[in-house]
Amino acid sequence: MPELIETPIHPAAGPWDLPEFVSEDQLPSRQGDRVIQYREALREAMAEEMRRDKRVYLIGEEVAQYNGAYKISQGMLEEFGPKRIIDSPISESGFAGMSIAAAMYGLRPIVEFMSWSFSLVAADPILNNAAKMLYMSGGQWGCPIVFRGNDGAGGQLGSTHSWCVEGLFANVPGMKMVIPSCPYDAKGLLKTAIRDPDPVFFLESERMLGDRAHVPAEEYYIPFGQAAKLREGDACTLVSFGRPVNFCLEAARRLAEDGIECDVLDMRTIRPLDIESIAASVQRTGRVVVVDQSWPFGSVASEVMAQVCEHCFDWLDAPPARVNTADVPTPYAKGLEQAYLPNPDRIVAAVENIVQG
Amino acid sequence: MAKTAISSKRLSDQLPNQVLIDWLRSMQLIREFESRTMQAYQQAKIGGFCHVYTGQEACAVGTLACVNDDDPVVLAYRDHGHALARKMTPEACMAEMFGKTTGCAKGKGGSMHMFDRPHWLFGGHGIVGAQTPLGTGLAFAAKYEREVLGQGLDGSEAKKKVSLCYLGDGALNQGAFHEAQNLAGLFSLPVIYIVENNGYSMGTAIQRGTTMPDDLCLKAAGYGIDAIQIDGMDIRNLYDHFKPFADACRAEQKPGFVDLKTYRYQGHSLSDPQKYRTKDEVDQWKERDSIAALLHHLMTERACVSEEDWKNMTGDIRQQVREAVDLADKAPDPDVATELYSDVYANPQKGLSPSCDYNHGLKNPLL
Repeated sequence: MPELIETPIHPAAGPWDLPEFVSEDQLPSRQGDRVIQYREALREAMAEEMRRDKRVYLIGEEVAQYNGAYKISQGMLEEFGPKRIIDSPISESGFAGMSIAAAMYGLRPIVEFMSWSFSLVAADPILNNAAKMLYMSGGQWGCPIVFRGNDGAGGQLGSTHSWCVEGLFANVPGMKMVIPSCPYDAKGLLKTAIRDPDPVFFLESERMLGDRAHVPAEEYYIPFGQAAKLREGDACTLVSFGRPVNFCLEAARRLAEDGIECDVLDMRTIRPLDIESIAASVQRTGRVVVVDQSWPFGSVASEVMAQVCEHCFDWLDAPPARVNTADVPTPYAKGLEQAYLPNPDRIVAAVENIVQG
Repeated sequence: MAKTAISSKRLSDQLPNQVLIDWLRSMQLIREFESRTMQAYQQAKIGGFCHVYTGQEACAVGTLACVNDDDPVVLAYRDHGHALARKMTPEACMAEMFGKTTGCAKGKGGSMHMFDRPHWLFGGHGIVGAQTPLGTGLAFAAKYEREVLGQGLDGSEAKKKVSLCYLGDGALNQGAFHEAQNLAGLFSLPVIYIVENNGYSMGTAIQRGTTMPDDLCLKAAGYGIDAIQIDGMDIRNLYDHFKPFADACRAEQKPGFVDLKTYRYQGHSLSDPQKYRTKDEVDQWKERDSIAALLHHLMTERACVSEEDWKNMTGDIRQQVREAVDLADKAPDPDVATELYSDVYANPQKGLSPSCDYNHGLKNPLL
């Protein structure tokens, strides 16, 4: 009989060096005057890791000569050359599948989907191959790969280009899902994603790429599965992921003007999910609103609510509530799209409803 | 159809007797193994879908004989034969189908998912055509290793490799394969797509499923990929033509496509009633049986195998496979406590699942 594996990292991952993680208060300061865009933070993360490890490469549509459809990879071709910054034809299934095998072989690919909407034609490789390879091979091959790109609606792109894939894909075991809400986290989480030996689905947002904030020049790694508490209050817990975290902060500011103080938790990663932080908050506030930019049925919000019920049933003073996108295909018209998305108005209303109700 | 030797001095004629005897043994091992597979399936020792390789043995044995042991290989779901030809032990292969801990994937993969890391076998894959971008990626990685890293990932000297990607004729019509070929052609990746053309995708005869069924090489031409049609029932002929072809793909680091004509004697899977073809058709192909043909060559033209040698060889193989079945039967089932939740993540972390904590289970017996 074979022996049990005793190393923390599965031997299928091959030679591996996880970064040193420090506690949140030891990370470099979020305050400062090195103000850059979210897209630049992503670029810094990739470039730093590519300088450190020649096994890392970037492939996707328009990432090289065009300098990125959204200018995330601007200048990277010049620094790393065409063998590591690779323009792909429009073949998501092909280049995703190709890079999955390259990851099995021992490279560390970053695959850019111009939009996660386009990942649907690569569903077979990313779900069947990347996420299941370690299991199906009985622990012989893992798949250290990062898939990243824009996720979510908000630019009048219509139904097929506005996908939020978190509800769909988070259902699949074997992958990790990361969804940063600000430039600082975008850098620290992407660096961790590239260093992680498992397949990571990294969800960015076209609507946030121009967001500007201080991002430290130095290297830092934000661990997966640790929520950030962005605001404290005792009336209600707001739990969110990615772009809607910013709507929660706006809603919390407005609610505070009426004397309703909320905890705001930015989950940062969906899988792993930091349910302990959510539970600790809800056990104090007794109320929770989950804000999620995917559809409500079988969503990340429903998963969080289910886990809140499992962990906090006796502490709840009101039924858990959720704010999702409207349960319809994404509309094009500006007004319809705004009403479709989670927004501060809808979050304020949801909180008032359970706090006052 | 079949390309015959163009000169009297065939490449395969220059190989020592022992090489061809090893081919014979390998092909007969597959044939015997698959016959015991069918038996075990009928006894419900093997579950799920099960696709046997009987009839196509020369394809796996012949093509793998033309590449190096550290060239990466990826397969479709009809994968037992290639696994054995690539030197996976019959014990690991049979135990995998029995769903036992001693299987190549500890019983987590099954018949369609034969993985063997020490032998550079990157798995059998169940979704038709899904392995074709993977085969392309193995070539990409091998090329990257040489051109970007300047050395092997393990620090060894960089070398030119070629990846073998096996598929059936049914996969010709799957989108992923066309994307894979385009990428391989565009980036000039050293992958050889070996189409084991047995004439049927399940019950659909090739002319009902694809265009230009008599000359599949035309399809590869559409992607700028060199292609060759080879008779896959005659292993010597296969070697004569595939060896230089594979060598060229390696040397020039470019893709290739092979229309390898073959035939499966059994149904698509073991639950296939085979109403789409006649017994006469099957019998006609059996007359060209690849094992019989090689045996005849070794007994007559080379006169290096006697009736008694053959009797001993088949006896040894029968015994070897019987032992593999016995061992698989007696091997322990995977332990739910250690195996159900292991090998899901290489770096298991808290909070990955609401219903369990992932762990690391048993080391794979092949590693």
